[in-house]
Amino acid sequence: MSTATIAQKTIEIDQEGFMKDHTQWNEDIARELAKLEGIDELTDPHWAIIRLMRKEYEEKGDGPSIRRLTKESGVPIKELYQLFPKGPAKKAAKIAGIPKPTGCI
Amino acid sequence: MGFKKMKKLVILGGGTAGTLMANKFRKALSREKWKITIIDKEKNHYYQPGFLFIPFGIYRKEDVIKPKRAFYPKGVEVLISEIDKVEPDKNRILLINKQIIDYDFLIVATGSEIRPDEVKGMTGKLWRKSIFDFYTLDGAIALRDFFNQWEGGRLVVNIAEMPIKCPVAPLEFLFLADDFFKKRGLRDKVDITFVTPLSGAFTKPVCSEVLGGTLEKKKIKLETEFAIGEVDNKEKKIISWDEREVPFDVLVTVPTNMGSRAIQRSGMGDELNFIPTDKHTLQSKSWENIFVIGDATDIPTSKAGSVAHFEGEIVFQNMMDMIAGRPPSASFDGHANCFIESGSGKGMLVDFNYDTEPLPGKFPIPVIGPFSLLEETVTNHWGKLMFKWLYWNAIIKGREIPFVGAEMSMSGKQIPKDIKNNPNIVNN
Repeated sequence: MSTATIAQKTIEIDQEGFMKDHTQWNEDIARELAKLEGIDELTDPHWAIIRLMRKEYEEKGDGPSIRRLTKESGVPIKELYQLFPKGPAKKAAKIAGIPKPTGCI
Repeated sequence: MGFKKMKKLVILGGGTAGTLMANKFRKALSREKWKITIIDKEKNHYYQPGFLFIPFGIYRKEDVIKPKRAFYPKGVEVLISEIDKVEPDKNRILLINKQIIDYDFLIVATGSEIRPDEVKGMTGKLWRKSIFDFYTLDGAIALRDFFNQWEGGRLVVNIAEMPIKCPVAPLEFLFLADDFFKKRGLRDKVDITFVTPLSGAFTKPVCSEVLGGTLEKKKIKLETEFAIGEVDNKEKKIISWDEREVPFDVLVTVPTNMGSRAIQRSGMGDELNFIPTDKHTLQSKSWENIFVIGDATDIPTSKAGSVAHFEGEIVFQNMMDMIAGRPPSASFDGHANCFIESGSGKGMLVDFNYDTEPLPGKFPIPVIGPFSLLEETVTNHWGKLMFKWLYWNAIIKGREIPFVGAEMSMSGKQIPKDIKNNPNIVNN
């Protein structure tokens, strides 16, 4: 297991950079993680998705797939890709501080 | 009136998983006390791992079809019918002819099916003309006919989205295609590209690296993190959600895989119609007298015949426990075992579970093998062909396979030095 210091807080991360413990997360960490993913500014639509990711993880023990994400958020897949380029479910999970969704394996 | 006391086990789906369950339970449960009913809409059993070989003329249609009846045990009621829905709160099933079938225990083995209609433009005017699948018998045959007259161009193999049945099949398809066009003297005229939503050739790091190397050796291009949004039938290209484009002359798609529509009608599935299932007990998360087995579950392991076989032992033990009034005692570890045909008469073998990714080594007996894990050998290729015999004669009959248990074994596996200390790779 490795650790990283982000936004002045030491967090545990896995090999691919997903946080191991979502309770260590805060909004400053999210902003820093987003920058590492190439997203310079988190806008309201970003935050809505990040909160949804965390809510789903807390309820179900797993982050949502892109299909579930678009269904639950009402945001079309195309826009999710604009918000979180390359892999919205994976990238949003990383920024939201939850483990990699199993649907992404 | 003694019949009134009979308990009822209903098995929904007579594919690999459902058939092996019928065989196990009919042997174990008394015929006086237990009525077993198996329901499936199809009369034929398809050897699905064989579909992959059809486009290349290695197997024919006759090699992959047998009547289902030949594999159901005696003393089981067989209903050939589509179902309308399951009503799990009432412990009953409605057939489309309105007949009602009730149960004490239900095993759902309704599998998964391809849904090319889930991607815009996929089933447009090029479908089965320049766009093919090999996950259905009709698709595999249409592709064989196409390849027989094709003179070369851009061949694109695309996975629409995960999860898919048999995640190694697209790679095997690529290796066999490379071989096929070499033998026909066309390889220099065929440009092969593998377009995947994953970040590498396969889902797990060590395996992905080995397989990625094999692709490179065979001059197969790899385009990763490509989530298909649309097929442009006019300009013959696939377009991702983030607007990348890959042109094709022939597109071989591994379409979205979804659970049965009957599961959707029953309100029992997730957004892909797969049933939320306890990954260790294999019980439905919502109804404790319902077990789910094979491709129908949402558990994070491969959708494959070997998995159904290993799960069979777990479901059997846990249901027998419940019948005896005990809590379920068996726990599934996600064990999967897959032969990967790699072309030129060679094959690879991978063996893994929830916690341990495919590793190199010997299988099933340490040092001796005879099979080599994660390495191309001729013996592995014969293992793959032998698997067909094993499938028809042992697996769907619910028999055990010598040396290979439901729980994955670490013996014979080598842990590469650089990953030995990495908890993500070996957790046990």
